[in-house]
Amino acid sequence: MKFKQLSVFVENQPGRLAAVAKTLGDAGINIMAMTIAETREFGVVRMIVADPDAGMKALKDAGFTVMTTNVLAIEVPNKPGALGKVLDTFTKAGINVEYMYAFVAKKADAAILVFRFDGADKAIQALSGTDVKVLSNAEVAGLEN
Amino acid sequence: MIRHKEEKYSREQIEELQLERLKPLLQRVYDKVPFYKKSFDDAGVKPSDLTRLSDLSRFPFTVKQDLRDNYPFGMFAVPMEEVVRVHASSGTTGKPTVVGYTKKDIDTWGELMARSLASAGATSKSIIHNGYGYGLFTGGLGAHYGAEKLGATVVPVSGGQTQRQIMLIQDFKPDVICCTPSYALNLAEVGEKMGVDFKSLSLKVGVFGAEPWSENMRSEIERRMNVKAIDIYGLSEVMGPGVSCECIEAQASPHVYEDHFLVETINPETGEVVAPGDPGELVFTTLTKEAFPLIRYRTKDISRLNIDKCACGRCMARMERVTGRTDDMLIIRGVNVFPSQIEHVLLEVEGLEPHYMIIVDREGSMDTMEVQIEMSEKLFSDEMKELDSLANKIRHDIKDYLGVSAKVKLVEPRTIARSEGKAKRVEDRRKI
Repeated sequence: MKFKQLSVFVENQPGRLAAVAKTLGDAGINIMAMTIAETREFGVVRMIVADPDAGMKALKDAGFTVMTTNVLAIEVPNKPGALGKVLDTFTKAGINVEYMYAFVAKKADAAILVFRFDGADKAIQALSGTDVKVLSNAEVAGLEN
Repeated sequence: MIRHKEEKYSREQIEELQLERLKPLLQRVYDKVPFYKKSFDDAGVKPSDLTRLSDLSRFPFTVKQDLRDNYPFGMFAVPMEEVVRVHASSGTTGKPTVVGYTKKDIDTWGELMARSLASAGATSKSIIHNGYGYGLFTGGLGAHYGAEKLGATVVPVSGGQTQRQIMLIQDFKPDVICCTPSYALNLAEVGEKMGVDFKSLSLKVGVFGAEPWSENMRSEIERRMNVKAIDIYGLSEVMGPGVSCECIEAQASPHVYEDHFLVETINPETGEVVAPGDPGELVFTTLTKEAFPLIRYRTKDISRLNIDKCACGRCMARMERVTGRTDDMLIIRGVNVFPSQIEHVLLEVEGLEPHYMIIVDREGSMDTMEVQIEMSEKLFSDEMKELDSLANKIRHDIKDYLGVSAKVKLVEPRTIARSEGKAKRVEDRRKI
């Protein structure tokens, strides 16, 4: 199950990240997870929000260049070795991770891993024989509560 | 469409008319304008030295500084009571250059602008949306009088208030729009944002000028606004818009209206006249103007003349698209760079919005050039390696095309100022 991540282009300057945060805040959209890839000049802010379509609209209306990217959200136990085990599955299947980040769900015994692959379908297939849980849009949205 | 019989003249007829008009003009400026008397005397030439057109090359040039030195009315060849209007150039440094018109000059200008609009396909039935600025700038009133002469309906919108302009275009249903090409793109962008489908609008032709633009920009405007884009050229010193204009039949460089303006191309360094077909600086002599005649005025615009007969039937010289101005030319680490060349590279990139800024600076003794490009949705990727390769590709293409390396900076949308008239593309921060 692929999940929509928001990606926003921002210049690497004081106040730009604040402007993104304020836009989403004013629209009542909670940021559940976030990571920034940056260069000296600009950055790409990647975010998981409960309602990516509403987030996309709010940012677009505010004049940002924004897109959604299909990522995979996977739930693993919040325990040592859990990430290594998942990555091992991908390595064995010869799947390259473009980037990833993680956050802890409210129920605390689980961690959510967000992955971006070149081919997400192959990754889903690789996980199908394991006990790892791939989260749906609704399940990720549900983590907020 | 052809409005005047002179437009159909052969080269011989054009040159005969030019010689007939040039002889008394030289005598008149020598007698009436102290500047020309001194300038001819200093060069050791007399008006009577001109017996053939080629003798004009012996006469001295007039440059912008001469007009500034005679600010405001020193170059006028008639008493002020005969001057019915003045215009002034948008000089950013120092005093503007002031030009004057007699009643007959205004009439001639209106006729030539009407000729331009007609050659772009406008008729007395046209509704013309005039987005050129009204005021001291010649664009607004120039196009306005021409449209009225043609008998068309003119909508004198002037520049700015872009959303309102879109509304007026939707409601008044003009078939012709006149404005600067950079403002046309601004209109297209704002219209698209408002959800307007330009294909559903009534516009058929755009007459764009007052700043250099490129073939890429032409196709961009034609695609986005769903119009035929016509290049018009003029400068206030020579008259204003309508010195030359493209024909809709060929859309292949503006025809100089040689019955009123004698055009030469010269080597900007030596001042020697170059042959038609060779690139050079455009030099104009006005043949019929009363209040503000100009002899061999150096425009600083670089072009090339083509005197072959055009598909539209005119033999009047076509001036190839002005590729740049000698004073717009940037010298970056010893290499001549025109902003239009950078634009050419940028518009080759799929999805790139034509909003850019060139920033030239100096670090130590080294010139640096930075090209800022707005990130559009079509260009954006959330993967850094994609964004990196985009910037690298543009950097590589600029280096390849210009022989000069530039830094490419991706900036957020709408952070580069939009054109409300003439676009500002270059910021030179060098203090030399």
